[in-house]
Amino acid sequence: MTRSRLELAIGPLLFNWPFERVAAFYDQIAREPAVDRVYLGEVVCGKRGPLLAQALAQAADTLAAAGKTVVWSTLALPALPRDRQAIAALSADPALVEINDMSGLAHRPAGAPFVAGPLLNIYNEAAAGELMARGCVRLCANIELSLPALAMLSAGCPGLEIELFAFGRLPLALSGRCYHARSRGLHKDNCQFVCDRDPDGLAVETLDHAGFLAVNGVQTLSHGVQVVDTPPEALRAAGVTALRLSPHSGDMAQIIAGFRAHADGLLSPGDLAARIRATNPPGPLVNGYAQGQAGARWMAAS
Amino acid sequence: MASIELVCPAGSPAMLRAAIEAGADSVYCGLRDETNARNFPGLNFSPLELETAVAWAHARGAKVLVAINTFARVGAVDIWRASVDAAARAGADAIIVADLGILAYARDAHPDLRLHLSVQAAAGSIDAIDDYAKTYGVRRVVLPRVLSAPEIAALNRQIGVETEAFVFGGLCVMAEGRCALSSYATGRSPNLSGVCSPPEAVSFQDEQGQLTSRLAGFTLDRFAPGETAGYPTLCKGRFLADGEPSYLFEEPTSLNAMGLLADLAKAGVTAVKIEGRQRGKAYVARVAAAFRAALDALDRGEPTGPYEHLLSNLAEGGRETAGAYRKSWR
Repeated sequence: MTRSRLELAIGPLLFNWPFERVAAFYDQIAREPAVDRVYLGEVVCGKRGPLLAQALAQAADTLAAAGKTVVWSTLALPALPRDRQAIAALSADPALVEINDMSGLAHRPAGAPFVAGPLLNIYNEAAAGELMARGCVRLCANIELSLPALAMLSAGCPGLEIELFAFGRLPLALSGRCYHARSRGLHKDNCQFVCDRDPDGLAVETLDHAGFLAVNGVQTLSHGVQVVDTPPEALRAAGVTALRLSPHSGDMAQIIAGFRAHADGLLSPGDLAARIRATNPPGPLVNGYAQGQAGARWMAAS
Repeated sequence: MASIELVCPAGSPAMLRAAIEAGADSVYCGLRDETNARNFPGLNFSPLELETAVAWAHARGAKVLVAINTFARVGAVDIWRASVDAAARAGADAIIVADLGILAYARDAHPDLRLHLSVQAAAGSIDAIDDYAKTYGVRRVVLPRVLSAPEIAALNRQIGVETEAFVFGGLCVMAEGRCALSSYATGRSPNLSGVCSPPEAVSFQDEQGQLTSRLAGFTLDRFAPGETAGYPTLCKGRFLADGEPSYLFEEPTSLNAMGLLADLAKAGVTAVKIEGRQRGKAYVARVAAAFRAALDALDRGEPTGPYEHLLSNLAEGGRETAGAYRKSWR
């Protein structure tokens, strides 16, 4: 049996970066042969969407011309009528799309293929099977699911591709309230887009100055940076077919190269961690969720 | 305008009776296993207790809603299906469900069983609600606590199903069902385990006269002598952003929207809901009686203000907010 290589996918950019940075980022990704697929689109805050529409449309063309699979991602927590319209417009297009909120399914043409994003609550084979019956071809697993749980889920859903959130600050929570605005004494409706000051999120520390969380508008992320260092055989055994790398401001080329080598079995878990640490990530490495532990923990590979 | 239905928590058969005797129109409860989000020792109902409770409630004109509102554990979905079967057998008036797989099972196996969509499903938009109604036959949606009263009104004008809104008790500041803060720190969370900031991960330590609360080793708050020390729920902790200490996500408050009942009625909600199946029969008797009095006043066209004092000293941590129902909360 030939083993197909584990795909590398670049997740949707979660942060509010300036136009030039976004354009440069995707130009760089287009030149990365190690990347198979790129998710584009504003997932966190509908207010940011219009700022980046042109940069993302250009990126889509560049990435597609470079042979990448481009998948548009929908907003995770629609708040305004225009958020609904944005989700409806993406979902109604029969091209592959990542659905991050159940409202996307309402507009999906019957049977059109979609990716179920990690912000949907799919925790078992019955729920995943429901989505498959409606066109789901790939599940980017909820970050809380352990690898043993994923193995059972994928065994119960033959044919479902499984993508794993393998790199980046973990998307932990969404709220109706904007914490970036709140931290500056502002209100969501008049936020002045202060989230653009923190390209990897605003660090939230405990009163003892220990890094804990990171705020990104209405989203709360982990301070720790997920690095799934599980060997590729074990990932395949759990049904994983792709690794998702979430964009950060550090040296993504190094990070992509590290995960490509790791996924190809050319890098030990310890060497992968060392490579990622060398890129100066915004927090300590974590991987507890994959092993059924608290997400903030780092379990050294045995 | 039809009267608003008052839905109260019942963590036990005794609490169910207390709630109904105090004026609840409906109670919600769970079976004694991991299929409900308050799976605590000493709480909840056996299938037989549920049957008896439903008969008792029906004899008094009250309804029983059964919460099967956790996400099924992978490989163990049959436990959740069995809970749906048990609720149907007991004659429950509705089940409250969040998991897509369980919704599909209930629709197919018990087409006459009324389906309510749990707040954990986080259906806060017209399109999401429409899809749950069309695909699974959901008849009522428990609204996420991220919506303002005007937004609920707009929603109700455009959807074809009933809505239920939380008005009293614990307050999630994150979209329910979309929050993994607790498992990030402790390994257990509402979606994974039916608990948030679980007690076994909590510690309090006296450090040079100051009481420090921690969750799984993360400091959540520090209290000066004389300051009231609340339970360290993760999103109600005091944190540093840019070095400035604050209750960044939310103050240690709980929800009290009695003052907004008239607005919620105008917004077209069918039912209002009290949180707290873990809080016992004395608690539910007081809260149910207070909201019964306020809703009856509303039906007579009178203000609810005179009844707000009936709820004093009941809030966890002692402080209250109307939360997202007021748009300024954002």
